[in-house]
Amino acid sequence: MENNITLKIDNREISVPKGTTILEAARELGIDIPTLCYMNLKDLCIKNAPASCRICVVEVEGRKNLAPSCATRCENNMVVRTNTMRVLNARRVVLELMLSDHPSDCLVCAKSGNCELQDTAIKLGIREIPFAGEKSEFKVDLSPSIRRDASKCIYCRRCEMMCNDVQTVGALGAVNRGFSSVVMPAFDEALIDSECTFCGQCVAVCPVGALTELSHTNRLINDLANPSKTVIVQTAPAVRAALGEEFGLPAGTSVTGKMVAALRQLGFAKVFDTDFAADLTIMEEGTELLGRLNAFLNGDKEVKLPIITSCCPGWVNFFEKQFPDLLDRPSSARSPQQMFGAIAKTYWAEKMGIKREDLIVVSVMPCLAKKFESERDEFKTNGDPDVNYSISTRELAALIKETNINFMQLPDEDFDAPLGESTGAAVIFGASGGVMEAALRTAYEIQTGKTLENVDFEGVRGIENLKEATIDVDGFELKVAVAHSLGTARKLMNELRAGTCKYHAIEVMACPGGCIGGGGQPFHHGDSARIKARAKALYTEDAEKSFRKSHENPYIVSLYEEFLGKPMSERAHHLLHTCYFNRGKEIIEQ
Amino acid sequence: MEKIKSLADLKRIKENVQTKIDLREKSEQVESLVQIKVAMATCGIAAGSKETMNYFIENLEKNGIVAVVTQTGCMGYCYAEPTVEITKPGKDPIVFGHVTTERAEEIIQKYLKNDELVADIIPVNFDTIKDR
Amino acid sequence: MSYKMHVLVCGGTGCRASASQQIITRLEESLREKNLEDEVQVIATGCFGFCEKGPIVKIMPDNTFYVQVKPEDAEEIVNEHVIKGRKVERLLYKDPEKKEAVSDSKHMGFYKKQLRIALRNCGFINPENIEEYIARDGYSALAKCITELKPEEVIQEIKLSGLRGRGGGGFPTGLKWEFASKYQADQKYVVCNADEGDPGAFMDRSIMEGDPHSVIEAMAICGYSIGATKGLVYIRAEYPLAIQRLKIAIQQAKEYGLLGQNIFGTDFTFDIELRYGAGAFVCGEETALIHSMEGHRGEPTMKPPFPAESGYLNRPTNVNNVETLANIPAIIMKGANWFNKIGTERSKGTKVFALAGKINNVGLIEVPMGTTLREVIYEIGGGIKNDKKFKAVQTGGPSGGCLTEKHLDVPIDFDNLLASGSMMGSGGMIVMDEDDCMVSVAKFYLEFTVEESCGKCTPCRVGNKRLHEILDKITQGKGTMEDLDTLRNLSRVIKDTALCGLGQTSPNPVLSTIDNFYDEYLAHIKDKKCPAGKCKALLMYHIDPELCIGCGLCARNCPVDAIVGERKEPHFINTAKCIKCGACMEKCKFKAVSTR
Repeated sequence: MENNITLKIDNREISVPKGTTILEAARELGIDIPTLCYMNLKDLCIKNAPASCRICVVEVEGRKNLAPSCATRCENNMVVRTNTMRVLNARRVVLELMLSDHPSDCLVCAKSGNCELQDTAIKLGIREIPFAGEKSEFKVDLSPSIRRDASKCIYCRRCEMMCNDVQTVGALGAVNRGFSSVVMPAFDEALIDSECTFCGQCVAVCPVGALTELSHTNRLINDLANPSKTVIVQTAPAVRAALGEEFGLPAGTSVTGKMVAALRQLGFAKVFDTDFAADLTIMEEGTELLGRLNAFLNGDKEVKLPIITSCCPGWVNFFEKQFPDLLDRPSSARSPQQMFGAIAKTYWAEKMGIKREDLIVVSVMPCLAKKFESERDEFKTNGDPDVNYSISTRELAALIKETNINFMQLPDEDFDAPLGESTGAAVIFGASGGVMEAALRTAYEIQTGKTLENVDFEGVRGIENLKEATIDVDGFELKVAVAHSLGTARKLMNELRAGTCKYHAIEVMACPGGCIGGGGQPFHHGDSARIKARAKALYTEDAEKSFRKSHENPYIVSLYEEFLGKPMSERAHHLLHTCYFNRGKEIIEQ
Repeated sequence: MEKIKSLADLKRIKENVQTKIDLREKSEQVESLVQIKVAMATCGIAAGSKETMNYFIENLEKNGIVAVVTQTGCMGYCYAEPTVEITKPGKDPIVFGHVTTERAEEIIQKYLKNDELVADIIPVNFDTIKDR
Repeated sequence: MSYKMHVLVCGGTGCRASASQQIITRLEESLREKNLEDEVQVIATGCFGFCEKGPIVKIMPDNTFYVQVKPEDAEEIVNEHVIKGRKVERLLYKDPEKKEAVSDSKHMGFYKKQLRIALRNCGFINPENIEEYIARDGYSALAKCITELKPEEVIQEIKLSGLRGRGGGGFPTGLKWEFASKYQADQKYVVCNADEGDPGAFMDRSIMEGDPHSVIEAMAICGYSIGATKGLVYIRAEYPLAIQRLKIAIQQAKEYGLLGQNIFGTDFTFDIELRYGAGAFVCGEETALIHSMEGHRGEPTMKPPFPAESGYLNRPTNVNNVETLANIPAIIMKGANWFNKIGTERSKGTKVFALAGKINNVGLIEVPMGTTLREVIYEIGGGIKNDKKFKAVQTGGPSGGCLTEKHLDVPIDFDNLLASGSMMGSGGMIVMDEDDCMVSVAKFYLEFTVEESCGKCTPCRVGNKRLHEILDKITQGKGTMEDLDTLRNLSRVIKDTALCGLGQTSPNPVLSTIDNFYDEYLAHIKDKKCPAGKCKALLMYHIDPELCIGCGLCARNCPVDAIVGERKEPHFINTAKCIKCGACMEKCKFKAVSTR
């Protein structure tokens, strides 16, 4: 082919398309050049190749200096060597330099075993660090979601790229120069005081232990061991699609049954499903959507459209800080996690005769922003949070390992009733587009009174940053958009602010790919295929469910009959809806 | 401010402003030009050397002679003031005495233009310390 | 009537710091008093280069060069020189060898070997007056290019001239322009890199202060050649005078229609704006400079893509250094064939150097490529200060190398300097004498690069820091032979792996001092001695009992009571207590205290 380039790497010839980097070509040949700063989430179009760590250097014949393979494009007749003495020596020295400015506390580091720096040191057979000297030291910053230890930062800039380029949050940036260079919030602010949304994408990409989740596993172990407390758990849909990866299963293996069994073995009194609350969310949010839509169709000029989903706490933080002038657009519905907590500590607790103060609700989430969300004041009654705390998928995996539970040998078990029952519509909440699809399934049927024959809205599925679809609702063309990543959401919000937004409803998920790519999920280590596979697992589970529309969930029906009345009722408002706050740093002119 | 709209405009401005730095341009290449030194001590000034100097400056250009006119101290020929030392490129300096404006015109026309000598040349009849 | 006499007073930053502005005021006052203001013109010019002897006052047309003039000398200059035509002998430059006064700068050793192309107007014209620039053929080159030549012909001329970038890299300028001309875009940019950062180098500043129009004209020529209509000057905010003069010059050029729409009646349009840098050394690297202009962190990115393809705001951008640009109008006017006859085979034209350090004539010089270091140091520079012995010369700024006696006859050009283990850089030249410790010198330069590294790539961020720490250890007398090996290997790896020119060259001072002054390293490591007596930790203060009369002055002045001794008996120093402050040596009237 004309556009192909032929070159030699380690004496092996290869033809690659123009624009291919040496690293990509070498990997195609199975030559494993180590990298650190480089990360390429191909399917998500997210790439970090600043060519700054210099671990991936190779020798290119005719060039004076070694070339970083991650950022050097292949050229015709190039002769590349990836393992000469010169390369090996340089690579080793560079890594030794990096290690010489890194705490040697691997034994107690949260990232140990999952650390790319550690892996590289093993691969390169580092046995000692010949450089003594000063080490960069910074104080540890603890926020409700994220633990930030800049002393461990290797300055790969992945987090900065995620925070600025992908999420357009701008909480993390490179500060200082030279040896003191580090990525942190400007002016040494704590994350909690910064623009941070706690989406956790920085944690998801950090190769080392500089950014990790604030762990609640010890707290959970203590609570589980306390006989005076009833500890129940809810698990988010995206968790089941990824947890297996921590036990060696291929990405996309759904482990719902084993997960339930493991949680039961851990000692939870009840193992419930956030999916139940997801169905509840659809009832509330879907009703709100139809309310606004019908007002609009009836000529109400004041109606606030589009309606925007509010399930994602990272997104909520984002618009409260960045778009405080548009707080009336998102749905007032709480996130499934919080709806679950509110129902569990009222309806269910009353039903079971458990006093609120004796009930502990724990959530397992693919998300780090959920930790922050559970601490919000508006989700507390007399200081007692509806959800006591949230642990991530990774923390659950660690707990299962610590407690000697042989995950792979666990039988499949079912969630407890009644808060464990869910429909397929709830399962797909975990993937970008899922909330919109679930809402459409219910809204369509309620609005038209007809039965939806094909429940698969393919147009809102997939991994593209922005998906658009137009749905014919009895002659009315309902325009919807689905965005994942906050950068894409920002574009939509800017359109909204400018008055050029053409949608009636928008779904936003902060994390690339949706919750399956959340900041609390097993580390993808730059492999975006993992995220795609997780989505597939959720859609498969949806297809296998007997109920696939939220309003068909029998337990939801009885919840309304027994307790809430109808969607958007006064009690529903009190327990299942919330309001938003202007947390912007600047007053935005309108 | 007149804007430069063409190459001709630029050339015109250049010609107009050339005189502003001509003096400096010339002194950069002084060895290849006619050098005229007018003695400007008290005696010379009293005898009108200032007028003589001005006359040279104004009239050399009119006659198409590129020269550097400078002043110098007393040359010691107070009897013959105003005195002027002229060095043509590649030649020995010649000192002229009693250079009034009329004589200056004569020097321009005869010596500078046609290399004819004129009267009242003062022979240099002493050595300086440097010569020894 | 035109002026009979011009008095040029240096208005460069250095001379202004020594009150040259007051000299101008006093001269003008004095001339007014004598009713001579219509006959004698006082002009503030750019730098004359002979900064060692500033402030400089030059009187034209008799070409009298006065040095180290003070404001109070103004009256005497007017009374004696202007009125009576008598030179003020005491203000003339004294030839250090012949010990006699030289009045004409052309006969001064400092100027004799110089050839001024880039500096052609510095110290000659009033930089704040566009007409003086026009009178010196200014803007004629631009006129010629846009009315007579096609863009590709201009590029061809520059290519033929052999001009190479003067900012450090030495990349052929014509080729750079050609690359930028080949990319199509809705907008292209010409950027002037005025982020001069090498310590002690000030050629770019001097050009902008002394001849700002030459830079503007060259940028417009470049814009015409590559198809750009916008020019940006990235200049450090620490250059207020240069900024002011550039602003005036840009304003004047706009007023004259030499910038803006339809220049010379053609459809060529070009405008220039200034962008201020905050003084980060790495922003002299072109990709870092572009990021800084875009409002991003000033740090380099991988090339390719080169700025010619994707530069400022991702548009094709041509970045040239100030000195490079200053050469352009001269090349266009005099022709490539004039220019390429000057210099050596692969380095054409001249180069401006900033002479500094232990040299008599500190200042700015411009010499043809191929001039030897010896000519520069001894003939132009006037040799080593205080008759000390020459030890080394550091060229190429902080990332250059230290050259020695054996390199003195090397003709200076891009390739020869590289081959000798140093580089051209932007033209810094720091001379060292026998009192300089080469380990400390290497440490000093590393301190600079550690400070100025942007931190982006590991070898530069951590590697340079480690180099500095090891050098520091050696100067403390704690170095080992293994450290020397580590220094060498680490230096090589940093050079081999760093992302940008800063890191790729930062170990040069270490490698070249190890190569050229190995014994000095050995002395520090093995004998725990600093031969130059510079490394404080290795100094031992000692009182010679033969010379000490026991006056006790040293003991009374010792801040840590390290000196003991009976009155009228020889004293001695307790080395364990001594903090090596040197107070005893300074106080002793009998030269009894020495170091060893």
